[in-house]
Amino acid sequence: MSFEWMKWRLTRTLHVLALSAVVWMATPVSAQTITAVMQSGLRILDPIMSSAAITNIHGYMIYDTLLGTDANYKVQPQMAEWKVSPDGKTYTFTLRDGLKWHDGTPVKAEDCIASIKRWGEQDVTGQVLMKLVTDMKVVDDKTFEISLKTPTDVLLSGLAKVGTRTAFMMPKRIADTPSSQPIKEYIGSGPFKFVASEFRPGLKVVYEKNKDYVPRSEPASWTAGGKVVNVDRVEWISMPDSLTATNALLNHEIDYLEVMPYDLLPMVKGKKDIKVEILDKLGLWTYYRFNFLYPPFDNKLIRQAAMYAVGQEDVLKALASDPKFYRTCAAVFGCGTPYASNYGAQMLIPSNIEKAKQLLKEAKYDGTPVVILQPTDNAQVSTQPVVIAAAFRKAGFNVDLQSMDWQTLTTRRASKKPPAEGGWNIHATTGPIIGITDPLRNQAVATNGSQAWFGWPDFPKIEALRAKFAVTSDPAELKAIAEEIQKEVIDEGVVVPLGQFVIPTAYSTKLTGVLQSPLALFWNIRKSK
Amino acid sequence: MWTYIARRLAATVPVMGMVALVVFAILHLTPGDPAAIIAGDSATVAQLDQIRIHMGLDKPMYVQFFLWLVQLLHGDLGVSLISGVSVSGMIAGRVGPTLALSTTIIVFSVIVAVPLGVLAAWRQGTLVDRSVTAFSVLGFSVPVFVNGYLLILLFSVVLGWLPVQGYKPLSAGFWPFLQRLILPTLALSTAYIALIARITRTSVLEVMNEDYIRTARAKGLNECSVLIHHALRNASVPIITIIGLGIAQLISGVVVTESVFNLPGLGRLVVEAVLARDYPVIQGLILLFSFAYILINLLVDVLYTLVDPRIRY
Repeated sequence: MSFEWMKWRLTRTLHVLALSAVVWMATPVSAQTITAVMQSGLRILDPIMSSAAITNIHGYMIYDTLLGTDANYKVQPQMAEWKVSPDGKTYTFTLRDGLKWHDGTPVKAEDCIASIKRWGEQDVTGQVLMKLVTDMKVVDDKTFEISLKTPTDVLLSGLAKVGTRTAFMMPKRIADTPSSQPIKEYIGSGPFKFVASEFRPGLKVVYEKNKDYVPRSEPASWTAGGKVVNVDRVEWISMPDSLTATNALLNHEIDYLEVMPYDLLPMVKGKKDIKVEILDKLGLWTYYRFNFLYPPFDNKLIRQAAMYAVGQEDVLKALASDPKFYRTCAAVFGCGTPYASNYGAQMLIPSNIEKAKQLLKEAKYDGTPVVILQPTDNAQVSTQPVVIAAAFRKAGFNVDLQSMDWQTLTTRRASKKPPAEGGWNIHATTGPIIGITDPLRNQAVATNGSQAWFGWPDFPKIEALRAKFAVTSDPAELKAIAEEIQKEVIDEGVVVPLGQFVIPTAYSTKLTGVLQSPLALFWNIRKSK
Repeated sequence: MWTYIARRLAATVPVMGMVALVVFAILHLTPGDPAAIIAGDSATVAQLDQIRIHMGLDKPMYVQFFLWLVQLLHGDLGVSLISGVSVSGMIAGRVGPTLALSTTIIVFSVIVAVPLGVLAAWRQGTLVDRSVTAFSVLGFSVPVFVNGYLLILLFSVVLGWLPVQGYKPLSAGFWPFLQRLILPTLALSTAYIALIARITRTSVLEVMNEDYIRTARAKGLNECSVLIHHALRNASVPIITIIGLGIAQLISGVVVTESVFNLPGLGRLVVEAVLARDYPVIQGLILLFSFAYILINLLVDVLYTLVDPRIRY
């Protein structure tokens, strides 16, 4: 093997590499593609069957809604305009011109009725609404009527709902799928088309601009207004490691990082080509739940002792570290929302260990162990149980903090067994504020016993108030009912708010027109070269 | 030999059967609920029950096992409970990056480690030997993710030479394919280089004092020929063993590397499936890995006969 021969081989190899690089660089890459790393990988494509936030965002990409909600919480027309009868019991919806499914067929009234029915079986607001609906009928291809037992705002607010399980419209043949079974076709009439051939569950989702989509003429505001798409493609790629995702943003390999971890913010601070912004000003709330079936939290005084013991500031510091990302808040319908109430702030916000001790004494707490579930693999929920446990111990509770993965927790919390036999006493979680803005959509304030969310509180008075809320239209009266529900919920310890926090989003300055909204929206965005 | 290979392959059937049973039992006894993943955090107990019924998770465990076994015997690994995509399709879509990464790691590790080990043995007690030993200790001690992040920082963020993450198949061009494998290969192969170099050194040292080495030198063979044709060949059985073990260990090793470099391979699929309690996917993957382990062991045994004619089956 001579030196000349080695030199020749090396030169040839370098030529091949250089040629490959040129070929690769010459491959047409769409300049109008937004590459985004979202909060999690998309695996479930049915936005009615699943309440996962990422599935809901996927829903907004490919489906459209009859109505939208703007930044002032006002219901606005989206696919349809509506008229209401003088007695307030019959709503007539008329579909706007130019609506087409992604397979090219026109959107018809029968599709919308089938979609509303499927949504109404699964969604908490939809279930309330369906009890009030007497009839849904097609008038013509573009018109349908919904008749109600009694006038209610739930119809419009439900159909315009933002957050989990939105009332997305689907073709009838798809919407006729039983709501307990996943849909198998992903055809909507929304601003983007789902590219099924490129979908890799948990890894990559590709959306193409729906060239047939006719946006409304009004400016975009949350889910209302014109959904004008200015790019050809949006690709969501999943990155399990936040540091890698941040490095990829710094290296211009991605354009948009939906969840910018607090501890990695210094990496992007001061970078001229990266913008960090809080797009969801409402953010999320964190809260914990008692198991009402077993001691010690079947006792109201002990629940209140627990509520006095934990200070929101302690929880939020551990969770979000920087005060500019969190705020204390006692409102079970979220601070900054129309039904926000400050009732219970004194009990919920500061930590009052002395008061907790006094209440435990009054309640004759016998040292029954309190099983607190702690998920170690979920950064948004892993710190709360530790802070709660520390506060409880200070107050005199006998705490059994049990660490597990999130999946184990989701099974444990559904168990109605006694805590010592695989059940639980307390678990904490988080959720978007937009999903809790009224007594109907906030599942955590439902108190219908075994039908309620995990913890199974049973307070008929609160249920009666929720039912009253559903059939009330007067804004002042609605506000008063919500206030009363807040009082009952806090007094009974139905759910314990631990405060609110916001999550920064980081994106390339090549992107403009990124909308402020409670969920990541990709219309209105332009990408410069 | 062929009878031996056939016998070993036939023995995989009961082994795979046992693996299937044990994996199924462990998974279904582990707490967790795929229905909760599908329904989301705000699902009620009633909604979870509906989904469980639809997925057949409400059936007794032995019924679920029997149904899965029947599927397996028909060559069907089932469909993902979470995404509804076929397990074989998911595996096929993810096997490329793992295979590519494993190959580059093993090839690179062997090319670097074997000469290093031989060199260290040949120059025992010198600075070269100590340097190789020090590198081995370092290679073992530094976790893969630390290597990974340091490499990303230097070559991607500071110098901008290589991409931070991602994977391109060979069909996208050789350079894009290779470009995305360089950093993960460097990150993960450090430990393998350390391991193989150490074993090579020890094995070569053991044979260097043998009579046939002295005879080879006495015949006037140059040192290079003595080392490669006489020392290394006779020391190669433990080296092949450790390379075989290394390939088997890679299956777990790539999990971290695939996460750090965002490679969409089987390692990440395992983690995702376990976290989501996606039983058919986990079961399918573990069966695949078990089969791969068996094949690698068989291949190592066959290679023994090639390098050492005294070994007969």
